[in-house]
Amino acid sequence: MSTKTPTRPPQSNLARRKRAERVFYALCLAATFTAVLLLVLLLYGVIRDGIGRLNWEFLQSFPSRFAHRAGIKAALYGTLWVISLTGLIAVPIGVAAAIYLEEYAQKNRLNAFIQMNIANLAGVPSVVYALLGLALFVRFFGFGRSVIAGALTMSLLILPTVIIATQEALRAVPSSLREASFGLGATRWQTIRLQVLPAAFGGIMTGIILSLSRAIGETAPLITIGALTFVTFVPRGPMDSFTALPIQIFNWASRPQQAFHEVAAAAILVLLAVLLVMNSIAIFLRQRQRRRLS
Amino acid sequence: MIKLENMEFNGQQQAQTKTMAAAAVPTPDVAVRSQKREETVRAEAKDVNFFYGDFQALKNINIHVFDRRITALIGPSGCGKSTFLRTLNRMNDLIEGARVEGSITIDGQDVNAPGVDAADLRKRVGMVFQRPNPFPMSIFDNIAYGPRIHGEKNKKALGEIVERSLRQAALWDEVKDVQKRSALALSGGQQQRLCIARVLAVEPEVVLMDEPASALDPNSTYRIEELMTELKNDYTIVLVTHNMQQAARVSDYTGFFLRGEMKEFGATDKIFTTPEQKETEDYIRGRFG
Repeated sequence: MSTKTPTRPPQSNLARRKRAERVFYALCLAATFTAVLLLVLLLYGVIRDGIGRLNWEFLQSFPSRFAHRAGIKAALYGTLWVISLTGLIAVPIGVAAAIYLEEYAQKNRLNAFIQMNIANLAGVPSVVYALLGLALFVRFFGFGRSVIAGALTMSLLILPTVIIATQEALRAVPSSLREASFGLGATRWQTIRLQVLPAAFGGIMTGIILSLSRAIGETAPLITIGALTFVTFVPRGPMDSFTALPIQIFNWASRPQQAFHEVAAAAILVLLAVLLVMNSIAIFLRQRQRRRLS
Repeated sequence: MIKLENMEFNGQQQAQTKTMAAAAVPTPDVAVRSQKREETVRAEAKDVNFFYGDFQALKNINIHVFDRRITALIGPSGCGKSTFLRTLNRMNDLIEGARVEGSITIDGQDVNAPGVDAADLRKRVGMVFQRPNPFPMSIFDNIAYGPRIHGEKNKKALGEIVERSLRQAALWDEVKDVQKRSALALSGGQQQRLCIARVLAVEPEVVLMDEPASALDPNSTYRIEELMTELKNDYTIVLVTHNMQQAARVSDYTGFFLRGEMKEFGATDKIFTTPEQKETEDYIRGRFG
């Protein structure tokens, strides 16, 4: 039975494996530092140029042809208007679509086709949405170069990502929660409203906020639908024309005068601050969610 | 033990309107053994076949579930016992591509008939799952969830339901002062008793238990078993279990499942002492599974 066949002792390649380990570690570390270093350099440049111009007056002034008087009131209000409306339009539609796809839809060809298209739409360049928005909202519906036309175009742009993020959040809700609810005789809608949505709330909000953050920084769609670049008023309603922070930044940065570059840098700082606040909210909500479910 | 139970049966007989002799049970040996016993049929499966897509998970299942008895379903993993359990409250409706044939009746009513609403059925046929799955809510809200979704709004009534259910599930003394606390803070065994209380709060007629103690420690398991024996006075229980000692300890009837078929069904002491089938004997002696 157990006649011993002489076996060679396994050759030790430990030293070689450890060397590979160290090389890989160094590579990863270098990659991380490259990314962080670039970010730091960028931030340093912007802060150095812009911090001097950043004050309350800057936030409260309209643009001017004199750099020292120029402010971002119109652009800031325009951005807030567009983003708020975009949220109001895209969030209900996106969340409802995700609930349908995730909780109600049967697995058939049509729904698989819809699902595939949504994934593809998420990768379509923003300028394509912009052209659609120009043809549809600005011209066909006659909204002109208004806040609502901009918000609708932005909504188209972020809808796929809102849907996908929401679907993922819904999928992350443990099925045991659904079963418990169904098992007590709850209808599908009761289960979704009382169990699934509250459990997915953090994830859904994270997706929405990240999508809106993306929309804030988008410039191409707004330029394409004809947002103005020099505006000395704040929009009073969704049908007013407007400008937005990225457009204003682009406008100032493309001027030859150094003073305007500083104004642009200050505006970038404001934009970054808005984004930072939004992302912090997303992180906060995700953390709270994690604590609630554990 | 058996004698005591028999006396109890006789006492109950007067109250029973729809009675039938256990002789109608398809497996003949049960009839021989307990021909004196009379039981009410609460649920019945006739020629039930079940498919996940092309895979047939259940083959020709015939079984009677008797009123206020514990019916245990045993068998190795993947034998179809949980699948069968879930046909009783149509939990399998939630699985895409699942299909059921044959008739399953609760109190004579076909659960798959066109007019029967699954949500309404699940109110009558409650379910306790393998892993305790309390909602991420307070203890009170967990229990009140069922009554609330069925339309109970009165705070006083809800409070009474919660207390009664927690008492029935032998959890009241432990949690009565901390009902506002999150149910997730309870221990595993307490969570499972909470889940049982949650089911009892909607006053089901039948309670399905899918390995309710398999994720619990021995002490908690003991308490759940004790609870089941207690609940038997008011509820009809169908218990799926991997634990043969558990089936032997708590159940009145046992069905042995193997590869999607029910190999044997009968009174529990009969199944565990003198089974008819070789496979049943091998399984309960621990020779496989």
